[in-house]
Amino acid sequence: MKLVKMSAKITIVAIMLMVMGCGKQTPPQANQETPKAAAGDAGDESPATEQNEDAITLTGAGATFPFPIYSKWAHGYKKVTGTKLNYQSIGSGGGIAQIKAKTVAFGASDAPLESVELDEVGLIQFPMIMGGVVPVVNLEGITPGQLKLSQKVLADIFIGKIKKWNDNAIAKDNPDVKLPAADISVVHRADGSGTTWIFTNYLDKVSEDWHSKVGTGKSVEWPTGVGGKGNEGVAAYVQRIKGAVGYVEFAYALQNQMSHVKLQNRDGNFVDPTIESFQAAAANADWKNAPGFYLVLTDQPGKDSWPITGASFILMYKQQDDAKVAKEALKFFDWCYENGAQAATELHYVPMPKAVVELVHAQWTENIKSGQTALWP
Amino acid sequence: MNDTRKNANRRSGLPPGDIVYSILTRCAAGAVLLIAIGIVISLTGNSWPAIQKFGAHFLVDTTWNPVESEFGALSSIAGTLISTVIAMVIAVPLAVIIAFFLVELAHPILSKPIGYAIELLAAVPSIIYGMWGLFVFAPYMADHIQPALQRWSGDFPLFSGAPMGIGMLSAGIILALMVLPFITAVMRDVFRMVPSVVKEASFGMGSTTLETAQHVTVKYGFSGLIGAVFLGLGRAVGETMAVTFVIGNSHDISLSLYAAGNTIASTLANEFTEAAEPMYISALIELGLVLFVMTLIIQVLAQWWIGRTQKKAGAGL
Repeated sequence: MKLVKMSAKITIVAIMLMVMGCGKQTPPQANQETPKAAAGDAGDESPATEQNEDAITLTGAGATFPFPIYSKWAHGYKKVTGTKLNYQSIGSGGGIAQIKAKTVAFGASDAPLESVELDEVGLIQFPMIMGGVVPVVNLEGITPGQLKLSQKVLADIFIGKIKKWNDNAIAKDNPDVKLPAADISVVHRADGSGTTWIFTNYLDKVSEDWHSKVGTGKSVEWPTGVGGKGNEGVAAYVQRIKGAVGYVEFAYALQNQMSHVKLQNRDGNFVDPTIESFQAAAANADWKNAPGFYLVLTDQPGKDSWPITGASFILMYKQQDDAKVAKEALKFFDWCYENGAQAATELHYVPMPKAVVELVHAQWTENIKSGQTALWP
Repeated sequence: MNDTRKNANRRSGLPPGDIVYSILTRCAAGAVLLIAIGIVISLTGNSWPAIQKFGAHFLVDTTWNPVESEFGALSSIAGTLISTVIAMVIAVPLAVIIAFFLVELAHPILSKPIGYAIELLAAVPSIIYGMWGLFVFAPYMADHIQPALQRWSGDFPLFSGAPMGIGMLSAGIILALMVLPFITAVMRDVFRMVPSVVKEASFGMGSTTLETAQHVTVKYGFSGLIGAVFLGLGRAVGETMAVTFVIGNSHDISLSLYAAGNTIASTLANEFTEAAEPMYISALIELGLVLFVMTLIIQVLAQWWIGRTQKKAGAGL
């Protein structure tokens, strides 16, 4: 009986708190609606200062891979303009679903959408930031960058064809490395991810076997190995399991001081993963002749190109209902292209080259409209 | 004044407070039923494309290929069952012993703090167990327990393969640690509710502590103990984050408990965010439906078993 009374009291208190909470929250929400329109008008002439209550809030959702840099950019942009960005890193799949449902101003995806899918719902996409995926190993006595893997060998390891580290196929490219007779344990991502998409896309391009048996996807049917959740999960497994090989985003390999491997690129050179080698891959990419920016940066030509490089994309509607918000979003992206390079490099991402940004600007002018008026510039 | 109100109430039947109360409780109870029905309808509706495409084959196929949109749930179902069985095999005997110690043997000075500690363990979020499992427990398993088990058991297939620290066995043990406090707490309460008169009678007949425990305490509270077990079971079947961290997440079925596997909950946690193709999403939702049905079957079995043993043993609780 006492218990019943107590829980009844607690319920009543909880309900009261909820009601009070709602009461308090409602007025600011109501206020936000009206100044939003006003801010857009004023915003064109005079940029709002920090802590401006009239600020627009941009909403975006999608890929987890660029989340650190998007939040850093958002922080910087808010300081300058007062515009807030609410970016939810729910995954590329979620981002695509959210933009299709029109609950966000822009979506973000690590894998580009094909033009057919874009046209179906009236979206355009453009590349925002680039990064690299790096194979890492846990082998005693082997230092970062010491082990060289050719295209075919990397694919065969992940297919499960090469099972021992001292296999002749590996030893052939590494005459001066003492390879242990240990088993190879493959570690891959357990969760669906853009990183996996980029990695499998690369293997798909360089290996016939991989193409026929596995293919490209955010999650695939792995022929062998164990799965870790997230980059941190893969990093933890690789560090734990002796003889393990996995793949992580470049930043994770650096932060965890893992042994990356030198990969053979399309020109046949063995290269280290560095910001420069990612940039080399990006520079050689032919964005101009990629309709709808459908371009995957894996296995790009060039003697210094890192073969597993990828771009992360933004998705927006061609026909915008809310011109002010769309305009503000484009301004934000432009600010990131212009002023965000240093922040990106600090976080081990690769900023988009100038030439590509110009192409993106042209795309905006041509395609993003409210009624008949172009929203850019 | 008072009298007239009383009369008025009597005339209209119940006092207004009671009418509101009865409507409120009925609505609340009805809402639970509606929510359950709603879950079944939306799960079935959303998984319909997968049900139509794969049919019953879904339940017996181990393929899980998002690229080709070919899906089967067998590895997930098996993983869920195996990890749960490992957890229960470890947790239930331990829980019985701990609960019995706390109620019958331990001095209050000891039993109180241990009791609090158990309740505290039950409140630890599952992600903490997951992180601890991955960064502390798995390395220890790989370096000490798994090699020792292999040496001790010879070439027993259950303990074959590379000792990686992660995998089905580790997931089962972590699950056991997670459900142990729940089961223990309920069992402790069950033991406490056994009337001391009954126990004293047993002692009076010349039984030892162990004999009293076996023949009186456990028998008296049997249905309560089974209830505690199924509470733990329900939690183990649906546990997500902790398992995802340590199970290794592979869609294979292996005889070895050292090998990586997956459970329905871990697969959902891993793959839902990036699933974009309609058939992929539909297959994942069908996995959710399978888990729902599995839980339902466990509940029904539990009720049936409790009813049966109660009749047989004539237990008190």
